[in-house]
Amino acid sequence: MLELRNLSKRYGRVLAVDDVTCAVRPGRVTGFLGPNGAGKSTTMRMVLGLDRPSAGQVLVNGARYRDLRDPLRHVGALLEGSQAHGGRSAYQHLRWLARSNRVPTARVHELLGHVGLGDVAHQRVGGYSLGMRQRLGIAAALLGDPPVLLFDEPTNGLDPAGVRWLRETLRSFAAEGRTVLVSSHLISEIELTADHLLVLARGRLLADAPLEEFRGTEALEDAFLRLVSGR
Amino acid sequence: MIAAELIKLRTLRSTPIALVLAVLVSGGLSALLGSAADDGKMIGEFDPLFVAFYGLTLGQLPLVAFAVLAVGSEYRSGTIRASLAAVPRRARFFGAKVGAALLVLAATALATVAVSVLLAQTTLGTRRAALGDALPAAAGAWLYLTLIGLFALGFATLVRSSTVALGVLLPLLLLGSQGLGNVPGVRVVTQYLPDQLGWVVMHLAGPQGDPRWARDYGPWSGLALLALWAAAALVAGYTSLHRRDA
Repeated sequence: MLELRNLSKRYGRVLAVDDVTCAVRPGRVTGFLGPNGAGKSTTMRMVLGLDRPSAGQVLVNGARYRDLRDPLRHVGALLEGSQAHGGRSAYQHLRWLARSNRVPTARVHELLGHVGLGDVAHQRVGGYSLGMRQRLGIAAALLGDPPVLLFDEPTNGLDPAGVRWLRETLRSFAAEGRTVLVSSHLISEIELTADHLLVLARGRLLADAPLEEFRGTEALEDAFLRLVSGR
Repeated sequence: MIAAELIKLRTLRSTPIALVLAVLVSGGLSALLGSAADDGKMIGEFDPLFVAFYGLTLGQLPLVAFAVLAVGSEYRSGTIRASLAAVPRRARFFGAKVGAALLVLAATALATVAVSVLLAQTTLGTRRAALGDALPAAAGAWLYLTLIGLFALGFATLVRSSTVALGVLLPLLLLGSQGLGNVPGVRVVTQYLPDQLGWVVMHLAGPQGDPRWARDYGPWSGLALLALWAAAALVAGYTSLHRRDA
């Protein structure tokens, strides 16, 4: 469970996240929808303590992220873009991450196979395709087998088979009782994956509702665009 | 925590290159200068320990580059976000980073100084320095290289960029190697630049009995001042890391 309490982030004169309060509950996939620049990525960075909130706080199962012991065992996150250094191999990248949070090295080998990078595990990340980097990012998120998972635009660069694999992975995590928050600007993908929706626009939380309820009798795309445009 | 940082340092391709270069360049220059001096081709006042340590003015450059890249590569690649998500306490993260870099710097500095002194002493033949003079100077040189590396690491963390950090530090160190701390007029200030503070203990600043070369500090007080520079850079780097969003 992830609790956002009156969370705000101001960059100079821009209020990127404006007093967001909500709970992301376990056992379901929560879709995080919003136009570009709505504040989705900023919110996710604040969950991880990478960006300091201007006001408010985030609690991960009741604790602040920075107070978690071995945080990768509590929260796994895929943030926008690759975070692995191009000069390292996938194996080396996961290896130092594992070491920092006391995750056994055996888990690294297991995950590399699981995300389909087994054959290229010892090649430099700089030579990877966007999809392969994304798979590495997903492996890094799963490393500590965490109960809370955050994915920021995870389908970027994935091929159709990868998109389906990811969707089934996210759904199975939710079925196992984990908390799953996934952002996307692809409404159709969210419609296939999520049970619950959070809609953010210009930093404000406009909706926090089950997918079915939010959609009503409309297409999700219509309901979303109507809400975001304020008409 | 330090173990994870050591894996990171080891798996950067630049690390082994920089460390090998530091030893080769320093040792190579020592051997060249030593051979030249033994042939009697060196003119002016002769100090065998100048021969032993002059190579470090160039050999320190790859070592400084290593320290800068240890942190600069994280910002360049975005790995800093993965690092801080894995270790959200920034003091712990920075402590592990500095600790791991310090281990590598100290070990490489030891190898660099040992090779430089041995090659200089061997090639100098009969003009070599007495052991009693060489050992304290070598210890000073080892501390100097380690401290200048820590200074570079702190500075790179402050500016969050390898390019900016190297763009400032390399010209500074190259000008320094040309005797910036001895230039009349400005030496009042320039002798206190970080790299210049190691010159007295390494016998690079000229005969300290001669008022033209004498610095306003001794060999060990110079190193103590350099330690202050390094500490200030690390504190500034940590403050930047602590305050700013990653």
